[in-house]
Amino acid sequence: MSNNGTMVIDGLTVEIGDEKNLLELIRKAGTELPTLCYASELSIHGACRMCMVENERGGLDAACSEPPRAGMEIRTNTERLRKYRKNILELLLANHCRDCTTCGNSGHCKLQDLAIRFNIDRVRFVNMALDPKPDNSSLCITKDENKCILCGNCVRMCSEIQDVGAIDFAFRGSKMKVTTAFNIPIGESNCIGCGQCATVCPTGAIVVRDNTEAVWRELGDKNAEVTVQIAPAVRVALGKEFGLKEGENSMGLIVSALRRMGFHKIFDTSTAADLTVLEESRELQNRLKEKHDFPLFTSCCPAWVNHCEKRYPELMANVSTCRSPMQMFASVIKEQYCNSSKRQVHVAIMPCTAKKFEAARNEFKTDERPNVNYVLTTQEVIRMIKGSGLIFSNLEPEAVDSPFGLMTGSGVIFGVTGGVTEAVLRDISSDRSNSGLNKIAFIGVRGMTGVKEAQVTVGEREVKIAVVSGLGNADRVIEALKSGCKKYDFVEIMACPGGCVCGAGQPYIPAELKIDRAKGLYSVDKLTSIKRSGENPLVDLLYNGLLKNKSHQLLHVSYTSAGKESHI
Amino acid sequence: MDTYIDYQKVDGIIEAHHGQPSAIIAILQEIQEQYRYIPRQVFPHLSRRIGLSEASLYSVTTFYENFSLEQKGKIVFKVCDGTACHVRKSLPILERLRKELSLSEEKITTDDLEFTVETVACLGACGLSPVLTINGKVYPAMTPDKASELLKSLKEEVRSC
Repeated sequence: MSNNGTMVIDGLTVEIGDEKNLLELIRKAGTELPTLCYASELSIHGACRMCMVENERGGLDAACSEPPRAGMEIRTNTERLRKYRKNILELLLANHCRDCTTCGNSGHCKLQDLAIRFNIDRVRFVNMALDPKPDNSSLCITKDENKCILCGNCVRMCSEIQDVGAIDFAFRGSKMKVTTAFNIPIGESNCIGCGQCATVCPTGAIVVRDNTEAVWRELGDKNAEVTVQIAPAVRVALGKEFGLKEGENSMGLIVSALRRMGFHKIFDTSTAADLTVLEESRELQNRLKEKHDFPLFTSCCPAWVNHCEKRYPELMANVSTCRSPMQMFASVIKEQYCNSSKRQVHVAIMPCTAKKFEAARNEFKTDERPNVNYVLTTQEVIRMIKGSGLIFSNLEPEAVDSPFGLMTGSGVIFGVTGGVTEAVLRDISSDRSNSGLNKIAFIGVRGMTGVKEAQVTVGEREVKIAVVSGLGNADRVIEALKSGCKKYDFVEIMACPGGCVCGAGQPYIPAELKIDRAKGLYSVDKLTSIKRSGENPLVDLLYNGLLKNKSHQLLHVSYTSAGKESHI
Repeated sequence: MDTYIDYQKVDGIIEAHHGQPSAIIAILQEIQEQYRYIPRQVFPHLSRRIGLSEASLYSVTTFYENFSLEQKGKIVFKVCDGTACHVRKSLPILERLRKELSLSEEKITTDDLEFTVETVACLGACGLSPVLTINGKVYPAMTPDKASELLKSLKEEVRSC
């Protein structure tokens, strides 16, 4: 029991705990106070004024920026507050392109939701933003200033959490907008496509690019054979939209749905993640022999690779040459079906917006055609399943296709921060027992903390590891490395806080629930019979077959930005 | 036209403020003093040295009317349009200057980069209204004709040198 005293919310006495602000306490007490500019992981902005409450003296406080005090007495739903909230909403809507039915965020829009909640049946002001004004220059996100309500969530996400700073407020007063430096198209800015801005945007001002129509067309083409791979993190985030629990594994149902929708061959990216683990541990072991000052950075996360290219070009030589699991799989699939009579189309279902950019990179093209033709995010696949009319929960779970039907627990945990590291450690550890696996799980690589450190002994050597998620954290770790305060041998970096399970392509999830998705993946790992990537029999088959003499060419990449051909 | 940037000088300005992000306004002001505007080319350099994103620098420079991202003329007219000057007919003065230099509210600098005409909210010299400044020097009790005269003599000076 805390001794912070009590206060009264709408006549109900509640105990004050360690809540940072009134808003948290009010929500805990069971009232869903409306907000547009509040996201628990970001700093307090206090711009939207929707969370105003009336205090005992009749004064108004913004609940998000007011700490709870003992003896306070507030009301959250008075006639006056309702009037103010309606007024604010009307003013916001007057500056908002209201083409809801054709908006990419319809149904998930907080502004739409509040307009319904507060019964906005008319807007008294002239609409100043009639038409959409989309900036389609990025492959990952679409930005539309006519749908922006200037809540600043994206700005704070981009600078506070990701430390990218691609966007900020510019100009002032009625001319204010959120834009890039010099108003250049977002695709030409230092935006890295992580899409985290879209996860916190309350409206349709920043949405993930949609490629569903193009994929539907391919599915309808009789001359095309459409193969698809599904990333680990997708299976624990998709089901919630169809009534499953957050974090519940719905892989079997997804496979079943995709097959009914017309995908010809369905694979699990975890299989390719096993290849990534083996290639990456080999690279690490080679580097350990050579004694480098700087660590080996992982390369699975395309937003991190982008960020490194743009901010730390000098460190590109330290980024693993391993292709991401998505690209490894794409190379393997391309090789497998290169003699097929049908036109091959490969789709990747990812939790990630930056994968859309990765797929279009020149390094991952064969004869000028991308190895991955389309990247669909989890959100887009949800739309496709809904569009197909399938009743998801009525489907029977099905298994992925051969010849790539086997994966290990290591491949699956790639989807959560620390997963890549854990998988690599399982591979290089000399302890092959089950208790060895358990030890690795508890050395500090698990959990949603932004920077985790671990130390393991490999052979004679102590290997220092950092596991980082969120690019702001990555910047801090790199600063520490550069200044010499820290020394690591291996650094895993995932751009999205929490790793791929919290990717911007996934349905939105409040920060405090992210752990459920991670738990989901760890329980999938528990249920797989093979835990170490090297023990996947399929991997051996591949190395002795399709990948023979080609493994370097198909599984590694030399980013043009890295400057030099790297060697393994 | 790209302005030549002496990055040593820019670094000097940054150093004088210890590269503090909180000193960004002062740093931008001093850069503007050097070049009469804030050249776009300094943004990446500033961003790296101070640790503020280019988007944030753009945010600050577009927020304050005082900062200019457009190159300005050698001679800058600032016509006061504060309340006192406004009621004592500052607008006709502004219009006259703009007309004679073929400028407008959007286009404030002549193509030869000699003259810039802009307004200012209040110079604090209401007793002398309507006033204008030319490169900081105050000219009181202006009329459109007096402004024309000033412009004419300045044009001659420019031609002779």
